[in-house]
Amino acid sequence: MTTTATAARGEARREARARAGDRIFKGTSTAAGILILLILAAVAIFLLIQAIPALRAPAEEVMGGEGLLGYIAPLLFGTILSSVIALVIATPLAVGIALFISHYAPRRMAQGLGYAVDLLAAVPSIVYGLWGFTWLAPRLTPLYRWLSDNLGFIPLFAGPASPTGRTMFTAGVVLAVMILPIVTALSREVFLQTPRLHEEAALALGATRWETIRYAVIPYGRSGVVSAAMLGLGRALGETMAVAIVLSATGAVTFNLIGSTNPSTIPANIALTFPEATGLDVSVLIASGLVLFVITFGVNMLARWVVNRRAEFSGAN
Amino acid sequence: MAKLIDVSDLNIYYGDFLAVEDVTMTIEPRAVTALIGPSGCGKSTFLRSLNRMHEVIPGARVEGKVVMDGQDLYGSDIDPVTVRRQIGMVFQRPNPFPTMSIYENVAAGIKLNAKRMKKSDLDELVERSLRGANLWNEVKDRLNRPGAGLSGGQQQRLCIARAIAIQPDVLLMDEPCSALDPISTLAVEDLIEQLKLEYTIVIVTHNMQQAARVSDKTAFFNLAAVGKPGKVVEIDDTATIFSNPSQKATEDYISGRFG
Repeated sequence: MTTTATAARGEARREARARAGDRIFKGTSTAAGILILLILAAVAIFLLIQAIPALRAPAEEVMGGEGLLGYIAPLLFGTILSSVIALVIATPLAVGIALFISHYAPRRMAQGLGYAVDLLAAVPSIVYGLWGFTWLAPRLTPLYRWLSDNLGFIPLFAGPASPTGRTMFTAGVVLAVMILPIVTALSREVFLQTPRLHEEAALALGATRWETIRYAVIPYGRSGVVSAAMLGLGRALGETMAVAIVLSATGAVTFNLIGSTNPSTIPANIALTFPEATGLDVSVLIASGLVLFVITFGVNMLARWVVNRRAEFSGAN
Repeated sequence: MAKLIDVSDLNIYYGDFLAVEDVTMTIEPRAVTALIGPSGCGKSTFLRSLNRMHEVIPGARVEGKVVMDGQDLYGSDIDPVTVRRQIGMVFQRPNPFPTMSIYENVAAGIKLNAKRMKKSDLDELVERSLRGANLWNEVKDRLNRPGAGLSGGQQQRLCIARAIAIQPDVLLMDEPCSALDPISTLAVEDLIEQLKLEYTIVIVTHNMQQAARVSDKTAFFNLAAVGKPGKVVEIDDTATIFSNPSQKATEDYISGRFG
């Protein structure tokens, strides 16, 4: 009787110690979680406070003289346009590369290719900018000329073609190359995690390799690919130097991707304008930053929603 | 429908490792052949070599002959995809496509075979397959719900419905009940009883009562030691194997003395 009682007490003490460990771990992880929220809130509050003068200023005092909205709207348009071009180019390419690495390439080649993709991610953005400006843009000009001559009826290629090649389209291509590694790497990871059982289910039904990918791999990886694309989009939206160098911005709002008049983007505009900005101008630039912050936030929310929409079909159970 | 499979001198390898040695057996049509034996003796490996699923694993290969209906399944002109369309398979753990509904799961095989089918015909086929798998009454009101939302036993019957929807000649089952509770197991066993009227069935099982209950023929696999290849010790009518086996090892195994 006594022995069982002591044993029970010993048990209880062990349990209590385990609980202390639990508490510490719970405390630190909760603190880390709260810290993220605090940082986010701090950034948002900073942007808001610094932007207040610009929000209050009369329209004619804001740069450009057309009010805050008139100043930011074209920039926002340019930001979104360049990022969308990047996403449209990069996502299918990234999914293709990821599928090749995960399901088609021989193992050694897959490894080498994986490293190469990761290396692309390590290239600083200013290098991409220089590459886009000095190498890519001149080489794309013949293409632009051809596009405006032959496909000019499509508003996107209305022309006249830019002689320098420093167009919205070039900026989009550079951004696409920049976000390619992250989208590829994440897609590859989710594709590799496809349960063997799902792939074998398709194979046993007589699926070819491509059909197996379509039936088992892509559906399983879809939400992961959406997340990857959104992370890429986030990076494209915020990219500063590459766009600042490549794009010849005039502030025009146009869907013409290959002309010489282009809207700038919010981050590139901040980088180019900030050094000489004083007083109210700084506040205006920060207000544009606030808009970018909100947009990026919205993009992430949207991605969440897309991923969760078919959660019960996701295979997570 | 329901074809005979003749296996002769089949050696199955993983890379250089010989996993199963020298299998020769005839698998009868419209009957259930059970494969029993201790873990790691190559039952599942052998089963997977029958529909060329074995070679999906990198380095895996096979020597010997598997002849179905006069055709060597490992012949150089045979596409493994075609083989798998004729020989269906049900796995150890239920594996419905998680992103598809119940309906889509059953129709998946038909869509793969790229048969254009009228919606009404497809509806009918899905119903027939689900009825064939004894699942229709349980799911007819929620065909558009995800297949992964069903219970384990229902999922396994869904997988059987998916396998029989493409009307294979042979149905391979790799421990189909090992992840199921006794009631679901019973449901699947009843189903096997019905399916054997139309199909050639090969089932791997660790449950000897199950082998005794559902099968007509039983093959006992064993291996001499770990790292040695598995072999067929004995194959005979199930009644004989369980009452009067000719090999001592078989008797020891079924009476529970090892394994």
